Amino acid sequence: MKHIVIIGNGISGVTAARHIRKLSDHKITIISGETDYFFSRTALMYVYMGHMKFEHTQPYENWFWEKNNINLKQGFVKTVDTNSKTLHFNDGDTLNYDSLIIATGSKPNKFGWPGQDLKGVMGMYHKQDLENLELHAPNNKVCKHAVIVGGGLIGIELAEMLNSRNIPVTFLVREPSFWDGVLPDGESNMINRHIKNHHIDLRLSTNLKEIISDEHGRVKSVIIEETGEEIACDVVGLTAGVAPNIDFLKGSPIELGRGVKVNRLLETNIEDVYAIGDCAEQHEAIGQRRPIEAVWYTGRMMGETVAQTICGNKTPYKPGHWFNSAKFLDIEYQTYGWVFSTQNKPDYEQHFHWKHDDDTKCITVAFNKDTNVFLGINTFGIRMRHEHFDKWLTENRDVDYVMKHLAEANFDPEFYKRYEEDILATYTNQLKLA
Amino acid sequence: MSNKLNDSMSLAKPEANNLSSKQKIAVVIGIIGLFIMGLAIFNTNFPNKTLFLSLSIGAIVVGTILFANDAYLTKLEGIKNDGVWFKSISSRGMLGWVTGVFLTGFYIVLYFYPQYLGQSANGEPNTGLISLFDPLSNILSGNPASQWFVYGTLYTVAILVFGYKFMLKYRHNRYEQLRTASVMFFQLGFAFLIPEFMSRLNTSPDYNLPYYDLKSMWPLNYYLFDSWSINGLLSSGSLGLLMLLFGIVSIFVVSPILTYKYGKRWYCSWVCGCGGLAETAGDSFRQLSSKKLSAWKLERWLIHTVLVFSVLMTTAVIYTYLGSDPNKFWLTRGAFVLSVGILLTVVFAVIMIFKRKELGKDARYGAIGYFVVIAALFIMHYTGASDKIFFIKASSLRSAYGLYIGSIFSGVIGTGFYPILGNRVWCRFGCPMAAVLGFQQRMFSKFRITTNGGQCISCGNCSTYCEMGIDVRAYAQKGENIVRSSCVGCGVCSAVCPRGVLKLENDTMEGRINSNEILLGNDVDLMDLINKK
Ligand SMILES: Cc1cc2nc3c(=O)[nH]c(=O)nc-3n(C[C@H](O)[C@H](O)[C@H](O)COP(=O)(O)OP(=O)(O)OC[C@H]3O[C@@H](n4cnc5c(N)ncnc54)[C@H](O)[C@@H]3O)c2cc1C
Ligand code: SF4
Ligand code: SF4
Repeated sequence: MKHIVIIGNGISGVTAARHIRKLSDHKITIISGETDYFFSRTALMYVYMGHMKFEHTQPYENWFWEKNNINLKQGFVKTVDTNSKTLHFNDGDTLNYDSLIIATGSKPNKFGWPGQDLKGVMGMYHKQDLENLELHAPNNKVCKHAVIVGGGLIGIELAEMLNSRNIPVTFLVREPSFWDGVLPDGESNMINRHIKNHHIDLRLSTNLKEIISDEHGRVKSVIIEETGEEIACDVVGLTAGVAPNIDFLKGSPIELGRGVKVNRLLETNIEDVYAIGDCAEQHEAIGQRRPIEAVWYTGRMMGETVAQTICGNKTPYKPGHWFNSAKFLDIEYQTYGWVFSTQNKPDYEQHFHWKHDDDTKCITVAFNKDTNVFLGINTFGIRMRHEHFDKWLTENRDVDYVMKHLAEANFDPEFYKRYEEDILATYTNQLKLA
Repeated sequence: MSNKLNDSMSLAKPEANNLSSKQKIAVVIGIIGLFIMGLAIFNTNFPNKTLFLSLSIGAIVVGTILFANDAYLTKLEGIKNDGVWFKSISSRGMLGWVTGVFLTGFYIVLYFYPQYLGQSANGEPNTGLISLFDPLSNILSGNPASQWFVYGTLYTVAILVFGYKFMLKYRHNRYEQLRTASVMFFQLGFAFLIPEFMSRLNTSPDYNLPYYDLKSMWPLNYYLFDSWSINGLLSSGSLGLLMLLFGIVSIFVVSPILTYKYGKRWYCSWVCGCGGLAETAGDSFRQLSSKKLSAWKLERWLIHTVLVFSVLMTTAVIYTYLGSDPNKFWLTRGAFVLSVGILLTVVFAVIMIFKRKELGKDARYGAIGYFVVIAALFIMHYTGASDKIFFIKASSLRSAYGLYIGSIFSGVIGTGFYPILGNRVWCRFGCPMAAVLGFQQRMFSKFRITTNGGQCISCGNCSTYCEMGIDVRAYAQKGENIVRSSCVGCGVCSAVCPRGVLKLENDTMEGRINSNEILLGNDVDLMDLINKK
């Protein structure tokens, strides 16, 4: 019986623990400096918005851990001594391990803006950030105006959160259109309009220059780089992406890049030390995926995989076809396969775009213009089935086939209006024109 | 019920100053409507009852509609759950408790002390609140109002106005809109108007129809087989006979077919009045249901106990009835008990033969339940030479059921506790009809909630808003379909899911229950390896 210690009780660490428990009777300890129990980070926004209480974000009841013989330890790991296989905690405590899994997730990026550590300036990642936001922005009397810096998925969530409490928001986005490094232009533009329809003051192509303090060390306003405009505000949300949360490993012999370097078996350069989830960085990117994948399901999959390896069944991490989802205010977004943004797409990638007149639904289908092979789909406001696209991608279907069978992949609730006919008609029309 | 109208308007928000000015006006209008009823309770004698009743109900309706319009139509379409857990009314705060106590009190007065509402005895004219409703009752049935008429009217008004509110709240979701329109229709037509018209027929000596809500099926309307009910139907010519037949056909033919095709939702969230109230007036409380595993265990014990009780009670009632005049019916007591026994045995045998595996550990409880009922039937027949069963009169069994289950459980706790335990307490823990339909849904139905591959982010919205307390997330995050006997198919889990993971579907029975260890999106080899085990 080995003692397996996991740093981080997020989705990756917890999944690893659950699967190791299924496969073995090793002693398992999960460490977290954040919360006593596993919770779903993706649901933090709903707590602030009053859709859920914090306890609802916990996927397992509190008795689950003891029943499954998984030890939980609250504490913050300060250093790792890989020679003696010992963890040293902030409070002086130590813990020995036989195998170590690093699953410490991410932390919000801060790019050295003047004033970025003032009171009222915050990221949105940990539970503590949420508590901080609750303190500085409980309502629109305490927080009369908020500024969000960085137009990604967390930025728009934060905008929605503040909006739900009627706090006016100015949303600074560096790019000329929202998330246009990822989304094709048609979609990105539609989301721009949707954000404005929610009365959020979206400022595109706009950078933060500095954050100004009042006499108590609290944020008072921000200055815009391009125009020099000063915007008074009580809260500044920094949501310009995340980076692996691995500062505590600096000085240890574990090889670090931007994240903890791992091979396909999720092993680091040190024996018996593994890394999974947001903080792991592949030596070489897998397919078109990024070396660091900071999404929920990849953390889960790495947890499943590393559990196999640790329990004696060496298994490389081999994610299937790319997929993901998000929600932009009221518009749901799903993606299957690869659809690159207008600026980043490779030469062979061609797009078919359809948008509904109500400006809340659209799809983009990517295909190889030389071979006609279907590459991927982005869908907004229409739910589609993962299973079907996964199959079509595996079968290397051509785009005509996918367009003709699109109706089969519909996943909207019953009685919803269907758009496949209209989509197919538009598609055939465009083909004729081309 | 009357005060439900009030709740989600005025009292609803401790942060009342957050209400827009239009909403404040709407609240005042609604309160005026309730105030008129309040005055009536304290025996204000209104000069023109028709006018004041119309004013009262009209004000409540207009107030709620204005309020809902301003709350939802001023915003873009989408999920409207902002602040649910901050509002006192919807998060078991002060207002929630006050409302709960008030509603419970209302039910106690309604069931046990109707005289305080002005219900007259011995044919004297009504007073108080009930007399305010006399004009409406006279128009519909030709009789003065009763406490049940007042209750029925308020109940129907609540379903209609809160149904309207719910439809606005979900105006992007046609499933929600259609099923709400459906419960509004069935409540107004089947539960409210038709029975009133039927009692108008009774003025003719040819008819002696009992109150009969045609959409309400045994065992929900446990009184269908009471002697007064059967006698009434049988003495009302072919119409009465037709209705009795309809009742029996619904139970044995219509319901099994529809439940097979669509799951129990066809009834619980498209037709039923209890479900109708829960889905409309109770919508603000759906998140209060307990998702704990322990609550699920309690649910299964309670609801099946109620079912067994109701089967025995009904059998006993019919049994005694048959005995009352041996020459009147072709069906004898012995034949009746035998056929009930055979029916139960066939159901039991089919399940044990075809579904043994799916039942797992529950099979033991099923078997125990079955043998208890059979033994009870046996004892009933051999000890019940008179009208006594287990030395208890069938009629006492019937009135105990009516009191504890029909009144206290379904009304006082079921609705009175909406703001504390959630809006489907009765449907989840007490309704014998839900137990029957749920059992079929679990065993022989095409209905399931499909999960969308690996898209779930375990956020918990679905579980939080499941009024039946199903931990939907526990299935979704494993990529497992949700096939649960308690699911009423309200569709709200699917609506609130921010990642498009859930879809209510009717498809083949094959592969309906799929348990996965890991989900789609993974490496195919690993999926095969782990899911094979
Ligand atoms: C607001 C928000 C919304 C998101 N929405 C989505 C979404 O919709 N879809 C999606 O796919 N992804 C989403 N993500 C990303 C997703 O949540 C992450 O990819 C995922 O949580 C990463 O899981 P993890 O287990 O790798 O790390 P984490 O969940 O970050 O867990 C790591 C844990 O380790 C702890 N820890 C770190 N260092 C130490 C230490 N030295 N000692 C002790 N404990 C330590 C941390 O405090 C933390 O509790 C979202 C993220 C955020 C912040
Ligand atoms: S599982 Fe979904 S559809 Fe079924 S009762 Fe719960 S919320 Fe409604
Ligand atoms: S199914 Fe949807 S609502 Fe439920 S936990 Fe998963 S993502 Fe959240």
